[in-house]
This record gives sequence, structure tokens and C-alpha cells, in this order.
Amino acid sequence: METLERILAEHLFFADLDQDFMSLLVGCASNVRFQAGAYIFKAEEAANTFYLIREGQVALEIFPPQHKPIIVETLGVGEILGWSWLLPPFVWKFHAHAVKEVRAIALDGKCLRGKCEENHDLGYEVLKRFARIMEQRLEATRLQLLDVYAVPR
Amino acid sequence: MATPATNDPMTPQPYCVRQVVKETHDTFTLALEPGNGSHVNPFQPGQFSMLWVFGVGELPISISGDPAKDDRLIYTVRSVGQATNTLVSQRAGNSVGVRGPFGAGWPMDAAKGKDVIVVAGGIGLAPLRPVIYQVLANRKDYGRLVILYGARSPKEMLYGKELAAWARQRDTQVLVTVDYGGLSWRGHVGVVTTLFKYARLQPARSIAVTCGPEIMMRFVTRELETQGLTPDNIYLSMERNMKCAVGFCGHCQYGPHFICKDGPVFRYDQIRPLLDKYEL
Repeated sequence: METLERILAEHLFFADLDQDFMSLLVGCASNVRFQAGAYIFKAEEAANTFYLIREGQVALEIFPPQHKPIIVETLGVGEILGWSWLLPPFVWKFHAHAVKEVRAIALDGKCLRGKCEENHDLGYEVLKRFARIMEQRLEATRLQLLDVYAVPR
Repeated sequence: MATPATNDPMTPQPYCVRQVVKETHDTFTLALEPGNGSHVNPFQPGQFSMLWVFGVGELPISISGDPAKDDRLIYTVRSVGQATNTLVSQRAGNSVGVRGPFGAGWPMDAAKGKDVIVVAGGIGLAPLRPVIYQVLANRKDYGRLVILYGARSPKEMLYGKELAAWARQRDTQVLVTVDYGGLSWRGHVGVVTTLFKYARLQPARSIAVTCGPEIMMRFVTRELETQGLTPDNIYLSMERNMKCAVGFCGHCQYGPHFICKDGPVFRYDQIRPLLDKYEL
């Protein structure tokens, strides 16, 4: 059976992370499972966790008042779900909905936040890695907003 | 009176509309057969024809059918203006003029022995469909086939049944995403570049072909390079206002190239400096 440490170490997000830092992360990690249709978290709830998706698919949704939810993005195997735990006010901005059954590793963001405050080297490493994800998703969102497949005006 | 030579590239040949299939709310696939009962001119995947809608005008349209079938030509057309509206409104039996095929197609010979990565956006899947047909019909000549397709929404996705059928083929991976998914959509939501995370690629032994809106292709080429493909293994299909289709008129000039004659398919390293030139 794969250990959490090995799973994390093999993931691109944690690549080349100092062994001490990795041990700290493993101490904050646990396996979780969500049934298809379940909400992993909802907007405005406290954000204290992030997830490494190992199986399944998660839809990030937003609910316009009195309307059906709009899926803004889906995340799949190998992707990191959630960064709101990292920045105040530490609340989720979207709903995360398990489209298919999801197996993931949950990392205790609240615990990690404390460790990052105590150890700024760790904090900088974590921030750099999340900044990369944010940059990729911002770029994808901008391309999505361009609506490039629409009929040119 | 002199009769125009049939091999004159400027003279349209009469074709008969056999079938018009509605693909999406604004996109239709037309099947045309030679009016005189002969075979169609052979074409390479990626080439285009000039379709003459009598009394309305002439349009450059990529051939989207199977290059191995010589009894008819297939075109997928998005209705966006008067000429395309009239073209897609044709009924079986109507006559349409066809010139071509024209231009440089996809590098099917250079792709032999390699994995083929097809990245398409919107109606950009149409000029790439002949590539997919040819790879699947000649399976031993090519490595894995990876198809990444992005559409605006599930309703605006082309060739849905074929995408599902291709996904069942040996050594073929098909990944589809939409920018806006409805509640019933269970697939990916996000732009086409987000699919690379799920693609099983071997960049060192791959060739990539991409077609879609030019902005999309700029992001795709960047992502392909990030994945490890070299620019000389990336090909794009470009689009400009084409009129004569044989390099006489200059309407489609793109830097030192004519899209109609030197393209529409270009190797990425040949046009890379031109892609972010606003004036072009």
C-alpha cells in the first residue's frame, strides 16, 4: 500500500521539497473520500483544508441567486483543489462538487498556516507552489473569458 | 466560344449538393458530388476548396471529409454571414461551384512513426478531421493518437458521435472540454490547454497539429513547448481573407507568405515571429 509520504513526494506540486518540509506536510495529511454528488466544501464556509485529487472529478460551482449553479471549472486527477485556506479571510469562494466519486488527500491548511508563520522558508516554498497554480488558472480563466469560439464581431 | 480548361484553378467545377447535416445551431456539414459523375480531385488533409455560391460569392472552406473517399467532398461550414448562410441553406440537388483543392496540408508523411497530438478548438476540428481519418485508417504507420478538443459549450461541440467512437479506438486518447458546461454536462469545464494535464504524451516522439481561433493556438503552442515539443514538430492552420487561392491576388498575405499557397498549414517555427504581430 502506498504511504501518504510517497504519494505526496511523487506529485509534481511537492517535487524537490525539502525532506523536513515534506515530513511536516505528511503530518497534516489524511486520506478522504467523497461520494459522487457530495459537496466537498461550499462557498462562505471556513477554508481550512486543501486537497490533492487522486481519483474522480470535482466541479467548482457558483450559484447566482435563484438560478442553477454555473460550473466555472472542473479539476481532475493530480490537481490541487483549494487555496482559500492560505489567504485571509480563509473562506471558500466557490462550491466544490464531486461530479464523480472522489478520492483525495486532504491537507490541514490551518495547521500548515501555523507552520508557515513559524517557518518562513516553508511558507515561501508553499506560497511559490500555490502562486504557480494561481498563475495557470488565471491564464486559463482569461482565455475562457475571451470566449474565443464565439462568432467574431 | 472557347471552353475553359477543367484544370484551370480559377474555373469552378459544378458540384451537386447531396446532403446537408446540421451539426450545431449554426454549423452544418455539406456533402458535394461532382456534377458530371466523375471522381473528386484527390486532396491532402488540411487543404481547402473555394466554394462558389452562385449569385452570392466565393468562400474558402477546409475539407473535413475522409481523404480516402473519392466520390464526394465534405465541408463543415459555420453560418456567420450572407455567403455562408446561403451555402448552408442549400438543398440536396442544388449546384455549387468548387475550385481546388488548394494549399499545403498537414504533415502526414512527417508524422509517420510518431505519436500524433491533435489540438482543436471550436470549428477548428473540421480541418483536422481528415488527419484523424487518415491516422485511424493507417494505424500501423503512426504511433498513439491524442485528440484534445475544446468547444464553447456541449451544444456547440462538433462530431459528438465520432469523438465517442474515436475514443474507443486502440491507442487513441480523446479528451474534450467546454468553456461553459450546463448542469447535465459531466465532462471537463475549462479551456483546451487545461486538458494537457490529463493527456498521456511522449513529447520526444510526437508531432502536434492544431487549429482553432488564433488566440487559442498561441496558448496551445506555448503549452506544447512547455510539454517538451520542439517548434519544428508543431503545425498550425492559419486563416486570412483568401480570394484567388493561388497566390495571385495577395489578399491573404501573411508576412512573406501567402496563406492560400504556402499554407494554410505552417510549421510553427516558420511563422512564430509573425504570430504576435498586431499588424498582420
